[in-house]
Amino acid sequence: MKKASFLEVAQLRHLIEALQQRGYVVLGPTLRQGDLVYGELRTAGDLPVGWRDEEEAGHYRLVKGVDQAFFGCRVGQHSWKQFLFPAHLLLWQARRQGTDWRLEIPIASAAPYAFFGVRPCDLAALEVQDRVLARGRYFDPIYVERRQRAFIVAVNCTRSGGTCFCASLGTGPRAATGFDLALTEVLEDDRHFLLVEAGSKRGADVLGGVTHRPAKAEEAAAAERLVAGAAQNQTKVLETMGLKEFLYNNYENPHWSEVADRCLTCGNCAITCPTCFCHNYHDSLDVAGEVAQRRREWETCFTLDHSYIHGGTIRPSPQSRYRQWLTHKLATWVDQYGCLGCIGCGRCITWCPVGIDITEEVRSLQAAEVKGPK
Amino acid sequence: METIEELLAAHPFFRGMAPPHLAAVAECGRRMQFKAGEFLCRENEEARDFYVILSGSVAVEIFSFRRGPLTTTTVEEGEVLGWLWFEEPYHWHLDARARQVTRVVALEVEALKSRCEKDHDLGYEFMKRYAHHLAVQFRITKLQLVDMYGS
Amino acid sequence: MAPEPEKPDFRPSGAEGLLLPRLFRVESRRREIPDTVTLTLTPAEAGTEWPFAPGQFNMLTAFGIGEVPISISGDPAEPRRLLHTIRAVGAATGTLCRLTRGDVLGVRGPFGTAWPVQEAEGHDLVIIAGGLGLAPLRPAIYRALAHRAAYGNLELVYGARTPRDILYYRELQRWRSRFDVRVHVTVDSAPETWRGRVGVVTKILAYARFDAANTTALVCGPGVMMRFTVQDLMARGVSPEHIFVSLERHMQCGLGLCGHCQLGPLFICKDGPVFSYARVKDWFEKREV
Repeated sequence: MKKASFLEVAQLRHLIEALQQRGYVVLGPTLRQGDLVYGELRTAGDLPVGWRDEEEAGHYRLVKGVDQAFFGCRVGQHSWKQFLFPAHLLLWQARRQGTDWRLEIPIASAAPYAFFGVRPCDLAALEVQDRVLARGRYFDPIYVERRQRAFIVAVNCTRSGGTCFCASLGTGPRAATGFDLALTEVLEDDRHFLLVEAGSKRGADVLGGVTHRPAKAEEAAAAERLVAGAAQNQTKVLETMGLKEFLYNNYENPHWSEVADRCLTCGNCAITCPTCFCHNYHDSLDVAGEVAQRRREWETCFTLDHSYIHGGTIRPSPQSRYRQWLTHKLATWVDQYGCLGCIGCGRCITWCPVGIDITEEVRSLQAAEVKGPK
Repeated sequence: METIEELLAAHPFFRGMAPPHLAAVAECGRRMQFKAGEFLCRENEEARDFYVILSGSVAVEIFSFRRGPLTTTTVEEGEVLGWLWFEEPYHWHLDARARQVTRVVALEVEALKSRCEKDHDLGYEFMKRYAHHLAVQFRITKLQLVDMYGS
Repeated sequence: MAPEPEKPDFRPSGAEGLLLPRLFRVESRRREIPDTVTLTLTPAEAGTEWPFAPGQFNMLTAFGIGEVPISISGDPAEPRRLLHTIRAVGAATGTLCRLTRGDVLGVRGPFGTAWPVQEAEGHDLVIIAGGLGLAPLRPAIYRALAHRAAYGNLELVYGARTPRDILYYRELQRWRSRFDVRVHVTVDSAPETWRGRVGVVTKILAYARFDAANTTALVCGPGVMMRFTVQDLMARGVSPEHIFVSLERHMQCGLGLCGHCQLGPLFICKDGPVFSYARVKDWFEKREV
């Protein structure tokens, strides 16, 4: 870790205050009605102190731990995309005036967000979403504006969850770039402290307002050890070498029908995925017929409507829809955006009600490949 | 005035057929001319001729009491109209009506078949062209059935 | 999952062209064939122009009802008027088809790739349309006729379901009456009063005259029609790089962002709708993709 600083745990609330004083709405992991969500943090105490999560395919539990870790929970069903790319958004409304219509654009400036506790996989997800929503001729102006103003406090992982596979994709468990500040929480038998690294000028400015000192070599080594351990503890692996070409050649692979027997097409994987971006426009009229509105809402490619054109649906079978999701995430996305759509957070595995594991499905497809002339 | 053999030689259906074979086919043929509105054949009529269209336009129709005659296809200069029947009794299953002055060479099917029986080389040359013609018709018919413009 | 309820709190800077419809007024409405109407639109803001390339489309908003992608079917040399030929198949298109002179609608665009009318100069140009597919090709036909000398043979091949379904009937007759264009028309079935050809569009393609090695073909129509037409063109020796098709998918944003219109890695709204057949060949053949 280059130029890491040592932070007492008591300073964490000052860090949050420093952000609040600069006008940021600080968002981070917090418990709401027993659920781990990303919500507003008023103090450091709003973090899920002492809690940790247990994840397996189709399984998620919050468990009260034996320590007072601030960042003992990995990632839950929420991702940061809901703040930059809201699930429900009023785009515009129009008011009827005789045969004319007059457009009204909602105007209000949102306070900038500070994301407090962004895991390295989710940081990679932000960078993937930048390529989708913030580049080129057609971009999402809402995403761009919010993204530019968002302050990122990343948190390196010192423990991996049961469904993580960031190590095999190179997206974690350490945050390399793309953050304003990065924390590592070191909690061992006799000590509890944080290491913090500034990744930008504004990050350094915020850090400047909080008591800290250069980290000792031994302290940095302890953090290194924990992060390396998190990587080693991962059991899931996604082999990406040649994956795009393999999937392009395997649209008729017999394994797709096997997955289809299990997939409910509920779309949980897409909803919890931090990079999925499909959405609907929905037009409506009020009862009096005077005010028309257009809303933008998240959607997934798992619905029958998604590919419907007059005359029929292009992907009527669950098989074709699961295939669309996986081949988009791991193959066509690469040709569209120059990177993989998957960042290895494991949410799709955790939150699938039947526990479909994207890393296993890829292996099964490879095992089922019918070799020879097609 | 061109002989029937010359007319057939110039017709796309017989392209590439050797002169002796053309001569044999021509012996089964006679020139005919239809006025606009005249039928080359009618549904359920005994079928005797295979028509090689030299010029004009023929509407192949199926008659419906509710909707009147429905044109399913038009046959123009350079095309052929007819089937080769192999099982008696031979009957047309549709109407074919000239839409304007139409000139044809009508080949008598019985005579044609007996020449093909005697000379299998001639038979193969004719059947090759006939089979290709049928394949093209089937493809067209399937596309019409699919109603690709339907909403 | 309980995400925070969203309040409308943004300023869409730079969003005007992308997300917000511009207001247009219906100048005239023309009933074409059953269920199909051509609207002539002018911008509500007087004096503005709307340049577009042949093959592009706009997203048309029927306020409160919905927004649909409709190809521009007018003359690209007249950017002060937008023509759209719309078939009523649902709520939004049905509403648009009932608009009359003076009514206001929203327009976003123009979006999409264009027919290669300029790149095709020096070639024979064969334009093959089926049914409503003649609408997105009409701007290309206008352009070719206006620059007639730049092309070799100009062949227009058109198929419709029945004579009643022939789109732009009078215009087809006018084009056919020119001495430098060949127009071939057929219908799939017809009553006896129809004097033209009956038989599918691929059949009459045989009558078009072109030098396959130096031909650009533009094809638009129902999927089945395009597939078989492309096969016939290739059988005659036209290379897939010189055959262009216009594909259709569920489109909502026109920006390549909502995800609906994907065909493999291609966004039909952004990478298309006009594609060379060479580019989409592999995806054409895959089912349910």
